[in-house]
Amino acid sequence: MEDREIKELERAVEQIWEVARGFGLDPYPTNFEIVPATVMYEVGSYALPGRYSHWTFGKAYHRMKTMYDFGLSKIYEVVINTNPSYGFLLETNSPIQNKMVIAHVLGHVDFFKNNSYFSKTNRRMVESVSTHAQRMMEYEFKYGRKTVERFLDSVLAIEEHIDPYFFIKREVSIAEEKRREEYRRKDGRYDDLWLLDQRASEKNEVATEKETEKTPRERLPEKDLLFYIMKNSPSLAPWQRDAIAMVHEEMEYFVPQMQTKIMNEGWASIWHARIMRELDLTDNEHIEFANLHSGVVSPQKGQLNPYYLGYKIYEDIERRWNEPSAEEREKFGRRGNEGREKIFEVRELENDVSFLRNYLTEELCEELDLFVFELVEEEEWTITDKRWEKVRDQLVSNMTNFGFPYLQIEDGDYNGNRELYMKHRYEGTELDMRYARKALEHVHVLWGRPVHLETIIDDESTVLHFNGNEHAED
Amino acid sequence: MSIQRNDWSLQRKGIIDQERHKDRVKEAIRKNLGSIVSNEAIILSDGKRTVKVPIKALDEYKFRFNYQKSKHVGQGDGKTRVGDVIGRESRPGSGTGSGQAGQDAGADYYEAEVNIDEIAALIFEDLQLPYLEEKAKKAVQSRKTQFNEIRRTGVIANLDKRRMILENIRRNAREGNARFGDIKKEDLRFKTWEEVMRYESNAVVIAMIDVSGSMGEFKKYIARSFYFWMVRFLRTKYDNVEIVFISHHTEAKEVSEEQFFTQGESGGTVVSSAYQLALDIIKHRYRPSDWNIYPFHFSDGDNYYSDNEEAVRLADELISTCNLFGYGEIGEEGSSSYRRSSGALLSIFSDRLQNKDRFVGVRIDDKEDVYPALKQFFGKRGVETPA
Repeated sequence: MEDREIKELERAVEQIWEVARGFGLDPYPTNFEIVPATVMYEVGSYALPGRYSHWTFGKAYHRMKTMYDFGLSKIYEVVINTNPSYGFLLETNSPIQNKMVIAHVLGHVDFFKNNSYFSKTNRRMVESVSTHAQRMMEYEFKYGRKTVERFLDSVLAIEEHIDPYFFIKREVSIAEEKRREEYRRKDGRYDDLWLLDQRASEKNEVATEKETEKTPRERLPEKDLLFYIMKNSPSLAPWQRDAIAMVHEEMEYFVPQMQTKIMNEGWASIWHARIMRELDLTDNEHIEFANLHSGVVSPQKGQLNPYYLGYKIYEDIERRWNEPSAEEREKFGRRGNEGREKIFEVRELENDVSFLRNYLTEELCEELDLFVFELVEEEEWTITDKRWEKVRDQLVSNMTNFGFPYLQIEDGDYNGNRELYMKHRYEGTELDMRYARKALEHVHVLWGRPVHLETIIDDESTVLHFNGNEHAED
Repeated sequence: MSIQRNDWSLQRKGIIDQERHKDRVKEAIRKNLGSIVSNEAIILSDGKRTVKVPIKALDEYKFRFNYQKSKHVGQGDGKTRVGDVIGRESRPGSGTGSGQAGQDAGADYYEAEVNIDEIAALIFEDLQLPYLEEKAKKAVQSRKTQFNEIRRTGVIANLDKRRMILENIRRNAREGNARFGDIKKEDLRFKTWEEVMRYESNAVVIAMIDVSGSMGEFKKYIARSFYFWMVRFLRTKYDNVEIVFISHHTEAKEVSEEQFFTQGESGGTVVSSAYQLALDIIKHRYRPSDWNIYPFHFSDGDNYYSDNEEAVRLADELISTCNLFGYGEIGEEGSSSYRRSSGALLSIFSDRLQNKDRFVGVRIDDKEDVYPALKQFFGKRGVETPA
């Protein structure tokens, strides 16, 4: 990219920023980086630049890069939720592609800043993950790359099982936990002297903790598997607890994004479209933009495109609040011309589940031709329902707990033997049993003693057991 | 608000972790060699360098829903109706033709792209030709020409054009005009070589296969995958290995490598015919005083009863002239080794052979047995043979 083009993009950013502000968007200041494809795919596969190393990231990177090399897919934008925010632009993008990406990114950043589910998000996460990466590397150096990598395999197997509202009931903050960890990790020559101080202060801490903290048993059931295991596992070394704490902290950062995918993409799409319409584009540029835009928000046959679904719902809300029917005027007291205000309220208060539950209407389901499908006779994927409430409820149920089974810990001293007993809160969908058994093995690595998982198979309550050597079930 | 373009050329994290992933794939391959060795994609690869093989143990296991038993929401083009079929589930196990379905039903494996040479290197790591001896006729010298030096003078036929062009451009650059052209004598560079002589023991492998009617698809496939690796192994490790291919039913004949692997025949089984032919070939072409001789024979062991006596006698004779005689008996797919242990050739051999020191007999009932068989035949061993 030539300097002239960069100058031009700089002007475009200023202009797009002004237009966005004019629409009422309120993003963090955003820095844009022009990067080659390899960097784009790297940031894309790690979700944040500078995270710790793990082979699963390498696998994701390789897959994305291969898709790109073969021209099968292309990421146009990556955006990082920090303050200030970062947007990445592919150096091979055309000027129009870049303008659209910039507008789209500002939509995301506005969403990050203003949606309530992000209100507790760490906006300096890039710094945090790079200290994590540093620590993880120290552990690799100290305990061996393979040891750390294997351990992370097990942690990542349950990384989604954290409590999205963790910050509310956090009693001993993870940060504090870590500070104590630091103490314990010190092993310099005279560091034992510090222990005297530490012991004194720990006594105080323990005393105050006792008052606020319930016993582990009283806190059960616990949805946050990572947190519970980190605190209570009978077998983990300090560095392992620290590794879990790091993964937990990163997942806390990602959870709001997992909870608002449809809303966030819809929001960014609706604003990139409106912002682009305000720019002075030539006829050719208009055509190029129209093509790009329809590529982003086009329905894909069979699948659901979150960009498109979110986009359509916002448009629908805006229309219904701008021109309410007589009934809506009377029943809900809608005055009309409140559409803009309403969608800003929605972007602030809802997440995907409540967004769909509250705003996916019968008319929209019909217009979008949504349906429920399932496997019939183990052979044919068949459309089995088109009633809009069923469609909506199915969609909501598939989004619940970000699409993962809801597991909770019921007992950390099962059989009076410090065994771990977990329960799957069954809501009509069975677990993938092969995966469940393998994942149970990973939980066993973390817990170090026999683990159990209660679930339902073929309408019967079943408990999977793993004792470190063999699986059993009853 | 700003636009920046930094130098990212030192950014390597993705590539580094991609290496980690590759390491994991390699490790998984090592663990799964047993099933990879007999994987169709490799055996039938027809000279392709890389193939895709499914590898267990590389999935990222999580607690997740059973996709097949879940309901999903999709979007149509406006005309969908209840009852429309939008997709079909591919039947697990179909297409492979193997009896493996069932136990692995619905298993989705990670498909790794593997390089056959790399797999071969892994498999061959611990293999060698056992009991290799120094024989009289030593030098099947492989006289190798190694180009290993560059000089300014030489025979014009050995001109190194690439280097010459580089030198030319370099010289022109020194004179202030980096271009190619105006070649002078001082630009010329010549390759020179050295002759390297290598001495090795001679070895010949006599590969025998039973192509009688009772050798079904599965059995032939097993023999074929064994020989596939054996031939590959011998050609990579030893420069001077000759391989003689013999196929037999009631009669034996020497065939080309291609025929050996592709022909299908029928008829009964007279094992001694193959052994007799092998002995004849040894007598005429590979004198035991000059050659290390390794006969291998694959059969289902369903020999004519009347021929057993003769087969044992000739096998003993083979053993006394050879370094190692390998016999692989292929069972019905999935059958246990006990089911047909009596009457089959393997048990007769192990009962009645005079000299069992240099005899290795293995039984293969399953594709996964091919790798252990290879290891038994070509494994590193001392003087003692496994019973």
